[in-house]
Order: sequence, then C-alpha cells, then structure tokens
Amino acid sequence: MKKWQDNKGWLFILPVFIIVAFSAIIPLMTVVNYSIQDIFGPGQRIFVGTEWFKETLTDPRLHEALWRQLLFSGLVLLIEMPLGIAIALTMPTKKGLGSSVCLVLIALPLLIPWNVIGTIWIIFTRPDIGLMGAFINNMGITFDHTASGLHAWITLMLMEVWHWTPLVILLAYAGLRSIPEAYYQAARIDGASAWAIFKYIQLPKMRGVLTIALLLRFMDSFLIYAEPFVLTGGGPGNATTFLSIYLVKIAVGQFDLGPAGAFSLIYFLIVLLFCYLFYQVLLNVGKGESS
Amino acid sequence: MGLILDQVNKYVEGEMHLADISLDLASGSRNVILGRTLAGKTSLLRIMAGLDRPSTGKIVMDGRDVTGISVRKRQVAMVYQQFINYPSFTVFQNIASPLQISGVPKATIKEKVMETAKLLHLEEMLDRMPAELSGGQQQRVAIARALMKDSQLLLLDEPLVNLDYKLREELLEELTAIFKKRDCVVVYTTTEPSEALKLGGNIVVMDKGRVCQTGPTTQVYRNPATVETAQLLSDPPINLFAAVLNDGRLTLGDDLALAVAGPIAALASGRYHIGIRPNHLYLHPQDPGDIKIHATVEISEINGSETFIHFRYSGYKTVLHEVGIDARKIGSDITVYMNPGNFFVFAENGDLLISPGPAKTAENQTA
Repeated sequence: MKKWQDNKGWLFILPVFIIVAFSAIIPLMTVVNYSIQDIFGPGQRIFVGTEWFKETLTDPRLHEALWRQLLFSGLVLLIEMPLGIAIALTMPTKKGLGSSVCLVLIALPLLIPWNVIGTIWIIFTRPDIGLMGAFINNMGITFDHTASGLHAWITLMLMEVWHWTPLVILLAYAGLRSIPEAYYQAARIDGASAWAIFKYIQLPKMRGVLTIALLLRFMDSFLIYAEPFVLTGGGPGNATTFLSIYLVKIAVGQFDLGPAGAFSLIYFLIVLLFCYLFYQVLLNVGKGESS
Repeated sequence: MGLILDQVNKYVEGEMHLADISLDLASGSRNVILGRTLAGKTSLLRIMAGLDRPSTGKIVMDGRDVTGISVRKRQVAMVYQQFINYPSFTVFQNIASPLQISGVPKATIKEKVMETAKLLHLEEMLDRMPAELSGGQQQRVAIARALMKDSQLLLLDEPLVNLDYKLREELLEELTAIFKKRDCVVVYTTTEPSEALKLGGNIVVMDKGRVCQTGPTTQVYRNPATVETAQLLSDPPINLFAAVLNDGRLTLGDDLALAVAGPIAALASGRYHIGIRPNHLYLHPQDPGDIKIHATVEISEINGSETFIHFRYSGYKTVLHEVGIDARKIGSDITVYMNPGNFFVFAENGDLLISPGPAKTAENQTA
C-alpha cells in the first residue's frame, strides 16, 4: 500500500493515457471485438473465433485487391521518388525570391483536400469538357477513365504523382540544403563529375530524409481511398478497387462488421510489416554513414 | 617554381573582399596565412585553389598562368574546417579516392594508402566508415586524402579549429613534420598566432582583405612592421601605450617618466606608441635596469601552467603573462616590472621604428 502512495508520477501520464485510450486503444479493441464475433444486431452476437480471419485470408477478391494495391504503391514509389529527387536537384540553391516562389508553388498541391483533388481531376480528364481529356480525345485517341480500367489507372497515377511528389521534393530539398558547401568544393577539387557528386555525396547525405519520404509515401499510397472513391468508386469493374475501397464496401456497403474487423486488422499488420521491412533495409544500407 | 599571385583583387557584389594581394610562395615552403575571422583568408585560399576567380590580377603556378583554369584541371588538394569525407566510403576508400579517379594501378594505390595511413596513425581503422570515427580521426582521414594527391598546392583552411586542444597540439606537431618532407607549396590558414609560430616557415599576416606583412615567421614576429601586425601576431595581443619622448625622457601613459638610452634616445622628440609583449611583463624584477609600475589586478586567469593577469595601466588594458602558476586575487595590488630593452616603438601612424634586440627576447630560444 505504501508503495502505491509514492507513485504519484502516474498522475502525470494519465492525460496522455486517456487520450491514447480514446483515440487508439479503444477503437482498435472494438475492431478486435468485431473480428471474432458474428453480429446480427444489438445484443445478438455469436463468438466465432478465427473464422472471419480464415474467410478473409482466403477471399480471392481480397487477394486481387492486395496485388492491385501493391502494384499501385510500387509504381507510385518508382515514379515519385526519382522524380522528386530530380526536381529537388534542379531547384535554385541560393536563398532568395526564386527559391521561395519555387517552394510555395511546389507545396501548393499538398494544401488541397483529397476529395477536391479528385474532383479537379475528374473535370480535368473528362472527355467532353476536360482540358486534358478533351485534348487527348481531339487528337483521335479515346481516353475515358469511366470506361477503361487502364485509363482509370493512368488518371489515378497522374493524380497521385501530382499531389504527393511535392512532399518528396520538399524533403529531398531540405536534405540537399543541409550538405555543407565544403563537400561540393572538395568534390570539385577531386575532379568529381556531377553524377559522382550525386552518387557519393548527395545521395548518402540525403538517406535520412529519403527514408522518411519513402515510408510516408508507401503508407499513404497503400491506404489510398479518397481518390479512387471520388474518381470511379473503385471501377470501372473492379479495376481500382484497392484494399481500402474493398474494406469500406464490406463494412459499410454490406455491413459485415465481423469480416470487416478481421480485414482491418490484417490490413494494419500488412502496412506495419512493409514499413518495418523498408526501415530495416534502409537502416542496414546506411550503416555507419552520417545522415 | 611555386605559386605567384600578382595584384589579385576580389570584389563580391561591389564589396571588397581582397585588395591588391601579391605573394610569391616557393615550392616546398610552408606558408601560414594569419588573420582574424573575415580577414579574407578563406577567400584567398579559394582563389589559390581555383574555386573562385579573382576579379583582377593573375595567378601563376610553376611558371604557368592558371588564372582562368578550372579547379578540376589543377593539381590542388584542400583540407577544410569541417571534416569532409565521402560518407559512403570506408576510410581506405576515402584515402584511395584521389588515386582511383586518376586511374592508378590497384597495387600502387594499396601501397600508398598504407604508407599515408601509417603517417597519420589510421592503420587500425581502414575498414571503418567516417561517421564511426572521432572528430580528430575524421580530420586525419581528410588530411590523408589530401596528402595522397600528388598536388603542387596543398591548402589547409583552419584544419584544426574544430578539434580539442590536446588533439590540436598533437596534429600540429605531426603536420609540421609532414609538411617539411613535401615539395609542394603548403598554405595553412589560422586565426591563432601560436599555431603560426609552431608551424614555422613563412607567414602572411592579413587584415581586412589586405596583406599586412609577409616573411619568415620568426622574423615577422620579432619585427612586426606595424602595430596591426604586432597585435595579430601575439596572443594575448601586445600591450600598447601612448608615449611622449622629450629630450631623452620618455613619458609612458600618464605619469611614468624614464630616461632612455640607446636607439630610443636617438629618436626625434614627439608622440609614439610603445608596445610590450605580455610575456615581457614580470611580477618579479629580472634585471637591474627594470622599471616598475603599480597596478590593481582586474582578472587573474590560469591556463595550464601559465598565468595571465589583466590590469589597467593609465587606462590602457594590459595583460601580463607569467610562466608558472602565480594567481593573484582580484583587486589586489601588484608591482609589475618591465625593461625598456623589450620595448617596440611604433610611430604615430603605426609603423615600426624600433624592435627589441634579439638578446633580450625570450622567444629566441623557443622559436
């Protein structure tokens, strides 16, 4: 008893504990609760154990959505990372109006809400009145994201790249700016080429921020929902039914709370696993280097 | 043969960074550029390296005009204040990098890396990454890389400033020995007179973008051409007093009048500046010819095995440097002894008129 009285320190972490409990622990446990029960209505629930997990893991439509999701995230990273670094390298290096204007313009897409982005691009790519859609169609190429899965993908990729490459640019730019001028001088004195400077100085020195960019971009693109939802609602067919779209269809569309709960937990674990893998790989590659 | 700078000027956006600098640095010589921060040392080094072009003037390297030639095509090696190494290379690869670029056979590279690593005590850590090393070791790697290059010009821009005192002393000693063996032009910048004196060789004293004085370091130390140089080349700075000479009687400060003989007596009557180095002020009489002044201690600091006592004489901030520990209480009265034989006499405009004879200077033994 006496010991408990000395532990007033607990009071200090109590507010944080309450916030975390309401924002994370309780919702998560609710999902866990759903995932192991079959719910018919209020007060009508049956314990089903791991049945929903088994069902979800063997659901062919989930497998399709997962592969689609992986392909999408892979493509996004393949385009956004090099593009972001390349643009950051061409930005003005000196402090002044030029670099400020550049930064503001580049950061602009990041300030626009997700659903607005979807709407902008729907209009932009419409075959009849959209600037891009009408232009392509007038050249004699049929382009319609509501009819062709490929076209929906192209539109989504464009949207994603336009929206999120700026984040990679900003992070890469910050990384580049933190390299002391003396490194570049030393490289010039050594007679290093621009490629050698990039490979042996800029890239290793940017590793820290690029790791963060990669993780953020992977997580965000893996959880993509608003853009395909606004654009085609997962269609045409199931062409853009990514994991989150499929999950919402089960949870809200079909109101299958049990399978949706199991799905959510599996989804969460997949993201966690991939992030852990990326992090470990990048940590090992950069071992012993200063960031 | 060597590096010649001919009337080099550098303006940046209308602002003068370097003014009319002419230098002649011989191959195999050690040259120390001494000056305060922003004196233009780094700007000058950058121009020597070819990283920047002078606004006007000419740079000649081993008889060839290299003014407009890019740094990539010159044989230059440089070491910086910051520890600059390739972050993704091991120590071995870092040291080897200058030779790898020029396509030297592998066996030769290995041999030379081992040789240089031994010189800088890096043999044990050749497989490590730069970030795993201490600051001193990182800088050794950077110096090793610079030494690997068979350059005509080796530039070091305050290389020891980010290291702790002990390491600085150690590396400085090693560097002096290494530089002596090389036949390229070595240029080393520093803000510290003690570093310049330890490195020896020649000195270029700079202030506000101009060269104040050049010459062999000990000679410049003994005969600083101006008050400016005398102050820059003494740490703590030389003590200065205004003085009036009138018919063989020198009045120092407010009230100390003394009869002078020798070269000082031969000067015309008038106003002068008298300089005396802190280590020529004593707490105990040294010589029957000593004059004494009374003062009150303002600060007394002990640095290693040396004592610095700050006091004011006739309003002039004065420092006394005594070897050994002899702390005095703040506010206590002291008697300070000095010998007119150790006086530097400067004209009113700052030009040196008389420097103390070598026999009286203690640096004679140490320099």
